[in-house]
Amino acid sequence: MFNALDLSRIQFAFTVSFHILFPAFSIGLAMFLSVMEGLWLKTRNPIYYQVIRFWTKVFALTFGMGVVSGIVMEFQLGTNWAGFTKQIGSVLGPLFVYEVLSAFFIEAGFIGIMLFGWNKVGPKLHYLATLLVTIGTTISAYWIMSANSWMQHPVGYEIVDGKFITTDWMAVVFNPYTLPRFIHMLLAAYLATSFVIISISAYYLLNDKFVEFARKCLSSAIIVVMILIPIQIYIGDESGLHVHEAQPIKTAAIEGIWDTQKGAPLLLLAWPSNEEQRNLFEIGIPYGAALINTHKLDGELQGLKSVEPQDQPEVWVVFYAFRIMVGIGLLMLLYVIVALWMLLKNKLYESRTMLIISKYMAPTGFMAIITGWFTAEIGRQPWAVYGLIRTRDAVANVSMHDVLISLLLMIIVYGIIFGVFYFYFLDKTIKKGPADFDSVEPFYFLRGAQPDQEGGK
Amino acid sequence: MELALTWLLIIAFIIIMYILLDGFTLGVGLLFPFVKHDSDRDIMVTTVLPVWDGNETWLVFAGAALYGAFPLAFSTLFPIWYLPVMLLIFGLLLRGIAFEFRLKAYQTRYIWDWCLFGGSLMAVIAQGLIIGSFVNGFQFDPQTSEPVANQWISWFGIFCSMALVVAYALLGSARLIKKTSGILQEKFYTISAKLQWLLMLAVLFVGIYSPKESKLQMSYWFDLQHSPWVFLFLVVMVSLFIVHAIALKRRIENLPFLSLVLIFILAYLALVTSGLPYIVPNQITFMQAKADDGALLFMLVGAAILIPILLFYTAYAYKIFGGKTSEKIGY
Repeated sequence: MFNALDLSRIQFAFTVSFHILFPAFSIGLAMFLSVMEGLWLKTRNPIYYQVIRFWTKVFALTFGMGVVSGIVMEFQLGTNWAGFTKQIGSVLGPLFVYEVLSAFFIEAGFIGIMLFGWNKVGPKLHYLATLLVTIGTTISAYWIMSANSWMQHPVGYEIVDGKFITTDWMAVVFNPYTLPRFIHMLLAAYLATSFVIISISAYYLLNDKFVEFARKCLSSAIIVVMILIPIQIYIGDESGLHVHEAQPIKTAAIEGIWDTQKGAPLLLLAWPSNEEQRNLFEIGIPYGAALINTHKLDGELQGLKSVEPQDQPEVWVVFYAFRIMVGIGLLMLLYVIVALWMLLKNKLYESRTMLIISKYMAPTGFMAIITGWFTAEIGRQPWAVYGLIRTRDAVANVSMHDVLISLLLMIIVYGIIFGVFYFYFLDKTIKKGPADFDSVEPFYFLRGAQPDQEGGK
Repeated sequence: MELALTWLLIIAFIIIMYILLDGFTLGVGLLFPFVKHDSDRDIMVTTVLPVWDGNETWLVFAGAALYGAFPLAFSTLFPIWYLPVMLLIFGLLLRGIAFEFRLKAYQTRYIWDWCLFGGSLMAVIAQGLIIGSFVNGFQFDPQTSEPVANQWISWFGIFCSMALVVAYALLGSARLIKKTSGILQEKFYTISAKLQWLLMLAVLFVGIYSPKESKLQMSYWFDLQHSPWVFLFLVVMVSLFIVHAIALKRRIENLPFLSLVLIFILAYLALVTSGLPYIVPNQITFMQAKADDGALLFMLVGAAILIPILLFYTAYAYKIFGGKTSEKIGY
């Protein structure tokens, strides 16, 4: 039978997995909109105007989902993880306070102008609002990554009476672990967003709708992916080195290595068993794991068995989550090389096969984000704070029934709202497309009139 | 001491900002059943659409500040309030998605209208239960020093919920009087005129049914030996209700909202000061719950710089969408 700990873990994993998709998409779309609105202001090409108005609709829907699903995360830290809060509240709490102050309020303050301000403010002020919302989403990601990085690699603290007290705030905020992970997450958000843009544009081209608009979006997104994916692979590798330094057992789980060894192989397939403390079978490339994690052929990797079995994560989850993430990254690279080559040869828009493939690329980025986070978070288990606080000690003293009620409600409500209606309305928005904005000039004064004062003064 | 007290004051400020700003937003949702026409509902939603996210952010801020500044309070209060907090979260979730989906829906619009109303109602009821149990104080098992189960719900708490529904609906109505004109505005004048009597009744009942030891108890109100401040408080409160009633009668459109804001602030002050210095009623004082001074100071630097700035640009956003709302907006 489940207890409050198991249910709380399931609830947290469920809500955070749902939640992260929306901010990731918002971060990417906000950046895309910033670039496109800048291009529109510079060139005044109406196609850019269509692009921003259409994607703003998708952005608004997504941003709203992120806001409402985010509140759940914050309060769960108290309702379900009170033991954790009691001990490290004064370390992570200030990071959240800074996140609210420096990011959430900026987003909230300017999202109204960005979404509804087209006829209320001038183009420059509107662009400023778009930029500020983008900056807000980006800063917010930094604070959350710094809080999570502290849980992976705690620094700058001392323990007084069982409570963690920060001795060096600079070390916490600028944890060396944070920067590569923050960039990794940002790029993941941009890539996931780009593939949604690629997918929807391909859908329009396949149906011969909004052709000029779709070509603009598709080609821009392919160029963005071509630039970002090699950087992402490089940053991912950097993060891998950090993980190996700070959390060798996580690296061991990722690589499925039980015994400490030099020149460990890169396992492509394996069936790791925590019970038997070995892989039931494995296929690998010699020296691969050593080379990747230490950048040396004979580099030493610490094995899982160097710690007690109860201090090991569930190895197969981490092992496969990581492989799915990396596999998707490589798939993206392959896709974009082919797509760019076809784009340059003027074959992309005519190739139905490639457009169909493009259409189905939409979920890849999000799958990589989720599996990447699975690797990071499940790989850290059984610790909530690596090496210091166990997850089972972090749980609140709540009844199993209360958690069961909230978990069931969440599954139902999230399933209906995010699983059905978000896609229903996204689909509706996509079907309608950018048609509304064919010839409309946004700002009244561009036509020589004053800004709309109807709702003003 | 000073740092913890400063943070207590900052959090008190954040919570009243939340109550006032999301109060009228929730109130607009609560009034949905009284306004039937789609076009009127569109206008109601339009008055809050550009600002609801910012208003809700104050709640997120309150949570984060309590988490950082008084972690012991956060980790004691929230498990006790597990179910009402979940109810609050679900309510806000339903309301938030209703705001987004309503804009895009045609056939399914009635679902989102119900979600907007139902979500707002759930959130307000949850807040009422939380306030009720806070005023009641908590019981802890003397053996295990764990809080007794299911003390988030009580008759007094249910009563607080009903009072809060009335209070927020009235605040929402006053906001809508400010933001609308013509027949619709007339409608909200009528609604406000009825709701104000209910609110006065609710205030009286809270006074009567508050726990004996509480300073919100009516016997404390008229016990002049405690302090002349209590008497002054009552005089001001009654005057504000009179101002509110006159403003409605004379159709002075900005005054009902302003007088209600002052009534809310006064009632809130009475509520928060009645429990001091406890942050978890009768159990943990704010000094016991505080984080280390380093953390408090680190947060204070950010708060001191950023709160004035955010107040400035929030006010600016309100100004851009200020004035009367006469048609729906979209994107």
